[in-house]
Amino acid sequence: MDSNKNFVVGIFEDEDVLLHAVEHTREKGLKIHEVYSPFPVHGLDEALGYKRSRLPIAAFLFGMTGTSLALLMQIWMLGYDWPMIIGGKNHASLPPFIPVTFEMTVLLAAFGMVGTFFIASDMKPYKWPRQFDIRSTDDKHVMAIDLATNKMSKEEISALLKSQGASEVNEKNF
Amino acid sequence: MIADEKYIFKPATKQKLFILIGVGLLLFAVGVFMAKNGGHHEGAEKHASQEIAKSLVASTEPTEHAASAVEGGHHGSATWLKRIYTSLWHNNIFFAGIGIIGLFFVAIQYAAQAGWSAPIKRIPLAMGSWIPFAGILMVGLWFLVKGDLFHWTDHSLYDVKNEHYDAILMGKSAYFFWPMHAGSFPLFFVVRMVLFFSLWYLFFTWIKKEMLAEDINGGTNHWFASRKLSAYFLVIFAVSSSVSAWDWVMSIDPHWFSTMFGWYVFASWWVTGLATITLLVANLKGAGYLKVVTQNHIHDLGKFVFAFSIFWTYIWFCQFMLIYYANLPEETVYFIQRMRTAPYSWIFYANIFLNFVLPFLLLMTRDAKRQISMLKVVCPIVIIGHWFDFYNMITPGAMKLEGGVGFLEIGLAMVFAGAFLYVVLNALSKLQLVAKNHPFMQESLNHHI
Repeated sequence: MDSNKNFVVGIFEDEDVLLHAVEHTREKGLKIHEVYSPFPVHGLDEALGYKRSRLPIAAFLFGMTGTSLALLMQIWMLGYDWPMIIGGKNHASLPPFIPVTFEMTVLLAAFGMVGTFFIASDMKPYKWPRQFDIRSTDDKHVMAIDLATNKMSKEEISALLKSQGASEVNEKNF
Repeated sequence: MIADEKYIFKPATKQKLFILIGVGLLLFAVGVFMAKNGGHHEGAEKHASQEIAKSLVASTEPTEHAASAVEGGHHGSATWLKRIYTSLWHNNIFFAGIGIIGLFFVAIQYAAQAGWSAPIKRIPLAMGSWIPFAGILMVGLWFLVKGDLFHWTDHSLYDVKNEHYDAILMGKSAYFFWPMHAGSFPLFFVVRMVLFFSLWYLFFTWIKKEMLAEDINGGTNHWFASRKLSAYFLVIFAVSSSVSAWDWVMSIDPHWFSTMFGWYVFASWWVTGLATITLLVANLKGAGYLKVVTQNHIHDLGKFVFAFSIFWTYIWFCQFMLIYYANLPEETVYFIQRMRTAPYSWIFYANIFLNFVLPFLLLMTRDAKRQISMLKVVCPIVIIGHWFDFYNMITPGAMKLEGGVGFLEIGLAMVFAGAFLYVVLNALSKLQLVAKNHPFMQESLNHHI
């Protein structure tokens, strides 16, 4: 586990101030660890330079897995393992398999996406999130900067954040 | 806030449309000539498949006139004339639908209080200008084609003493002929047709009036008035779209019925209309108009085409699956005619490929929906695919085994497309291309997804 990490934490009152602060801080060459906000801030992802999530690709692959599993299962069961005549149809006829195939596609895509998301964002039982400032769940926006990934000193960073409109700047060690 | 922007209907564009109509007429003439003179040169293969289909249908047809129901052409007009009638009816239903969907799209945007669509709403509004032309054509054509397309108009079916007496159609006769005698003038049917087009046209003019008045007066009153009108229109459209689908399309196969049919026709119209709106927006943007429309609006239109292609497939499958599984002869006859016989089976499968597989795969990613170049590929596929969808609904029932897709059908489709585009672009050139005082315009300009 990544222990003994030192963070500088800037508190912002207003999302517009925060957005500009994020842009300017990144222009100055600072790497921002993460920004926490009580509600989604429009344009924050772009300002932080986040790439688009690759979750849809995972969803597509899981969905395809579901499609093929469902088709294989039904064709094997009704076509080979235990052939039955239902309503005078062929043993392995496609149309009645479509609803089950659709459901399996959706099920595996959904479960796969949830699982992928949990793994990708390192969420697991008994893993508690780092709380940089409890007020980010209420009315404050919180910008966390990891000292280890930046060359600037603690004082320089706090001065920069203050100049960008942070109402207060704290330190947080984990 | 919004600069004056007007679409200029250039003589060059008009010329292109006239060339489209001219080439269409030429192909149509060639097609008629071929159908008239080359009708009896079919190979033995087609003959064999006709025999198979005849026996299949004979085993399922509830009436005793199964063989004549398949052959069809023994009464009524010559095959080539019947083909013209069928194709006229098919194209008019198809383009009438696109026009009505223009108005329906506008009404949906008001009822849902949608903000994103504010700058593009004039394009579907202009599409609504086709409604009166479609209505006049529909009523006129109906009297021309009724004897050949609509088997139920034959008065001998309702005469108990006649050998053609049909108990099933007698049971349905009130739906067509009320309050007249069964077999006389189908008053209820014709009144419905006239009433629906009148109502659609009335609501089109009312909503258009409010939208144009907003350009001059501003404020929110016109928006609220439009929303109110839209809500009334949507209730009327919910009923009239279903009933018109039964009347104009499903009654071509009068013995057969499907409870999904109203939805099926609506879904087909709706996705075609969405593809047409998207294609017009894409082309206008390509020509330098609609500067306020960004990639985010294009993305929303792309999502619409993608989502409702799937919706159409869902309805298609619901209808097919229930009939396939229940396996009732009087229902499966519809699909046997379309899946198992030579002139239509390729269209039946192409229908699913063009309208589901291609749009589903091509528009799946986010980037594809945001690319105008990709939408310019997918939207024509969807439009042509649904033209075949309507062909598949109408022609096998009307032409039995004598139908086909040739110069005749393609030529008429080109004539209709040219006329439709001329009316729509002409109407568009008379409007402000982008609404000037739309209350949601600022929201739409900042639209970001």
